[in-house]
Amino acid sequence: MALRDTHVTMAHGGGGRAMRDLIDDVFTSVFQPPDTEDQARLMDEALREPGARLAFTTDSFVVTPLEFPGGDIGTLAVCGTVNDLAVGGARPLWLSAAFIIEEGCEIALLRRIVASVAAEAAQAGVRIVTGDTKVVERGKGDGLFITTAGVGVIPPGLDLGARHIRPGDAVIVNGVLGDHGATILAARGDLALSVDLASDCAGLGHLMQAALAAAPGLRAARDCTRGGLASALNEMAAEAGLAVELDETRLPLRPEVAGVCEILGLDPLYLANEGRLVLFCPPDQAEALVAALRRLPEGQGACVIGQTLPAPAGRVTLRTAFGGARLVDMLIGEQLPRIC
Amino acid sequence: MKERAVTIRVQGQVQGVGFRPFVWQLAQEFGVRGRVWNDAEGVGIEASGAGLEAFVAAISARAPKLARVDAVEISGFAGELPEGFEIAPSRGRGAETRVTPDAATCPACVAEIAEPGRRQGYAFTNCTQCGPRFSILKGLPYDRAQTTMAAFPMCPDCRAEYEDPADRRFHAQPVACPTCGPRLWFEVSGTELPGDPIAQAVACLRAGGVVAVKGIGGFHLACDARNPAAVALLRARKRRPAKPLAVMARRADLAALAEVTEADLALLSDPAAPIVLLRSRRTLPEGIAPGMAALGVLLPYTPLHHLLLEAFGGPLVMTSGNLSGEPQVIGNAEARTKLAGFADGFLMHDREIARRLDDSVERSQPPMILRRARGRVPGTLPLPPGFADAPQVLALGGQMKGAICLVKNGQALLGHHLGDLDATLSADEFVKAVADYRALFDHAPALVAVDAHPGYRATQAGQAMGLPVAEVWHHHAHLAACLAENLWPLDGGKVAGIVLDGTGLGPDGTLWGGEVLLGDYHGFTRAAHLRPAPLIGGDRAAREPWRNALARLDQAGLADWADALFAQAPRDLLRQAAARGINAPLSSSAGRLFDAFAAVLGLCPMAQSYEGEAAMRLEALAQDGGAGLPFAQRGALIDPAPIWAEARRALQAGASPAELSGRFHLGLAQAFAAAARDLVARGEARAVALSGGCFQNALLHDLTIRALGETPVLTHRVTPANDGGLALGQATVAAANALRGVESR
Ligand SMILES: [Fe+3]
Ligand SMILES: [Mg+2]
Ligand SMILES: [Zn+2]
Ligand SMILES: [Zn+2]
Repeated sequence: MALRDTHVTMAHGGGGRAMRDLIDDVFTSVFQPPDTEDQARLMDEALREPGARLAFTTDSFVVTPLEFPGGDIGTLAVCGTVNDLAVGGARPLWLSAAFIIEEGCEIALLRRIVASVAAEAAQAGVRIVTGDTKVVERGKGDGLFITTAGVGVIPPGLDLGARHIRPGDAVIVNGVLGDHGATILAARGDLALSVDLASDCAGLGHLMQAALAAAPGLRAARDCTRGGLASALNEMAAEAGLAVELDETRLPLRPEVAGVCEILGLDPLYLANEGRLVLFCPPDQAEALVAALRRLPEGQGACVIGQTLPAPAGRVTLRTAFGGARLVDMLIGEQLPRIC
Repeated sequence: MKERAVTIRVQGQVQGVGFRPFVWQLAQEFGVRGRVWNDAEGVGIEASGAGLEAFVAAISARAPKLARVDAVEISGFAGELPEGFEIAPSRGRGAETRVTPDAATCPACVAEIAEPGRRQGYAFTNCTQCGPRFSILKGLPYDRAQTTMAAFPMCPDCRAEYEDPADRRFHAQPVACPTCGPRLWFEVSGTELPGDPIAQAVACLRAGGVVAVKGIGGFHLACDARNPAAVALLRARKRRPAKPLAVMARRADLAALAEVTEADLALLSDPAAPIVLLRSRRTLPEGIAPGMAALGVLLPYTPLHHLLLEAFGGPLVMTSGNLSGEPQVIGNAEARTKLAGFADGFLMHDREIARRLDDSVERSQPPMILRRARGRVPGTLPLPPGFADAPQVLALGGQMKGAICLVKNGQALLGHHLGDLDATLSADEFVKAVADYRALFDHAPALVAVDAHPGYRATQAGQAMGLPVAEVWHHHAHLAACLAENLWPLDGGKVAGIVLDGTGLGPDGTLWGGEVLLGDYHGFTRAAHLRPAPLIGGDRAAREPWRNALARLDQAGLADWADALFAQAPRDLLRQAAARGINAPLSSSAGRLFDAFAAVLGLCPMAQSYEGEAAMRLEALAQDGGAGLPFAQRGALIDPAPIWAEARRALQAGASPAELSGRFHLGLAQAFAAAARDLVARGEARAVALSGGCFQNALLHDLTIRALGETPVLTHRVTPANDGGLALGQATVAAANALRGVESR
């Protein structure tokens, strides 16, 4: 039966008729899961290949505001999990989606977000095969939280990971940095910017397939989400036991984002991204890899930004425009001023 | 009857300073027989003879210039003595482990290189009274094999001097001559030029060029200080638009450059040979120190400098050779690549620099050390009464002016200036310094003291050491550093600490920096503080003074003045960020208040080209303008709101920015002095201590002391008031609380 309410009430989480209507009308009709049972029963040809491996990941999504230029919490929830699968070399296949809705949430907003989830999933070639909803009292949630889990298949013989990175490898990103973080900040602060910013939110499954085809020696990739490029690189340098040296002049940065960062005193290396990844490959395959990435819309800004060095383990440095070098740390809590 | 014999123990800085030959010579002079040796405690002597009394008296009275005698203890001796007087082998573990600071070339060596002889014109001449020490040290014990002089085996002539107790080079580890020692050359684009290297360098300098000169603790970039074009060229290449440049000048040339007092001259001539801030006569091009009333001058402190300045015949700019944001270069290969774009030629040598040591920067009146490095480290400081039984503590200092401190045996070793720990090389230097100083002091810390700011690299390093960690609040450490250097006893009671600096994390989670703390080594309360304002853009606010002016003017209800002053700036965005709390933490920073006032007066409002530029220009500008600007005292708050309206009124009435700067300094000094004096008057505090980087401002320093009247005042004289002294405070707070057996926060 079609839902006539305009806002989510506690009744929509009560297990009765109202809840059934919400699920049927807002979720099931859009996602059209293959099974009406409480579990998805799945098969894919890729799983039949000897040596193929399953990849499985989960992520929860919390963002204010729920809708922002370039996407909403729904696009984030799909892209985030798809990308976590993709950077490990898996082809993403199936997603679950659990929605925790705060009492009072607008049904129209919910519909828009569900539509985003469906559209982004279609784009990424994954299906939403199972899900859940819960309603929490007003004040106990921030409008809407979404948790997604994803399953993909890693083809036989493919093993990406930071431990494979070698000294001298090229460090590559697929596009400009910090668009998402700057967009969210501007949206959250109602900042009267004179420039247009949009989130970089994108699924990177196809991009990773292209990268693997162009650079068979690809060592590792990671999406640069919360904590930005700096955090991803710090993690990887530590796991790989080597150093990463970035070249400041090569960092791709939109002037608008650079401008916002300057005004707000933020370092774009730490801004969140939702459609950016960093890749490590042997130096002789870097050119081919960059070229392949640039052929796709989500890789248009791809470029080499630095290289790995044998030591010291775990250190990330930025060689600045005038030749000096500074350390790029892991972010510790919020960034408090340190200049005395 | 048997002659009286004694054992004499000499403690202090008595090793590596020619102390044993000095004692040997005294023995000859006074007809004393016996022996002298080094051990872990210092120097031991067993002696007997007719002139024993005069001999003992002369030990402290006539000690070598580089020595510091802390104590001479005498007891009876009943053993055998040799017929003559001998220098005996060192005794026990830990002997020969004291290293003295590098010392400027002594008069005897200066004379020697000017006169005919085997060291005439030799750039690496030194003796026990002068020359490189800490900068060439690679390991312990301190002997030639453990220094970068190991690469230069002594020739027979040098060896003879080295082994002769009557020679001033007896056991001078870096002894050298042209036959056996380091070699000097001049190179351009990696190619050594034939001929006299000094003459080549001078020709380059005379032509307006820039020469990279390898010194004691690193490379300098030199140019003709009297040639505006050369100064401009150096600035353009180094991308250093305005930060003052130090000038090296012969003694005879000083008077033309600056007003030099007796105290200035004494400080300039100290073996540490620091850069001394003098009152400039403004005879040099404005480009040397734009907008500054002071000129940083140092005397030549190596034979190479003496030869270069004599041949050049005038003052030279001597600024550190480094890439922007990096520490000074020390290696030859590093210099060739990094300084290639700056220098037209390189005056190089093949004695390796083991340790980067910047020039120290000091002032004689009021006496203060702004940067503590070459010539001052690794000198130790005695700890105050009550700390004799303190455990061994390693304190790791702050973020921007890194320096570590080690406590052991009632002494503190405050390490050299390491710079901004975000710079890769400084961070490396920091790690090296910790290992280095621990080896030097044979140090096994029981605990490590760090700043409470989790983002400081030093704090992170301390937490990773696997030792018990004492977190010390930033401004408490400043206060304690001032107490410690003044030997304020552990149980000396509370003082009122006026701590004015940039920013440091406070216990309430906001950033402090304009504080009156009531406390001692053990703890503190916040008795008064500057009313907080947002630092819009976080650390960005420290680079752009106008941000602070905007925050303060808005707070004072004078947003329209901010609109008029900064019409072109993105004021709306900053105001939104402040209102929404986007990277706009609250801070009571006095440093940022200086920036705000400077910006309002038009002093580099949009951007500072170096740290402290706005405040230094504000100080340089200041003139007596009458009454202090009116800060409001509301309970614990010192509110600057009223100063802005008064400043605006005065400017409209025709007052000069110089007068307003004077009134700002006076008002600030009076407001903080009043709050501190109150605590003393009420009997809660016994004295007032001044600390924090703002007290490097001599005017603020003097005005505050004047405003304190008869109240006893403690100030920093031998340790920096800025974060360069922080580690000493951290160490003493941690030690005090360990002695009391409580957690330190
Ligand atoms: Fe400080
Ligand atoms: Mg995840
Ligand atoms: Zn000498
Ligand atoms: Zn020799």
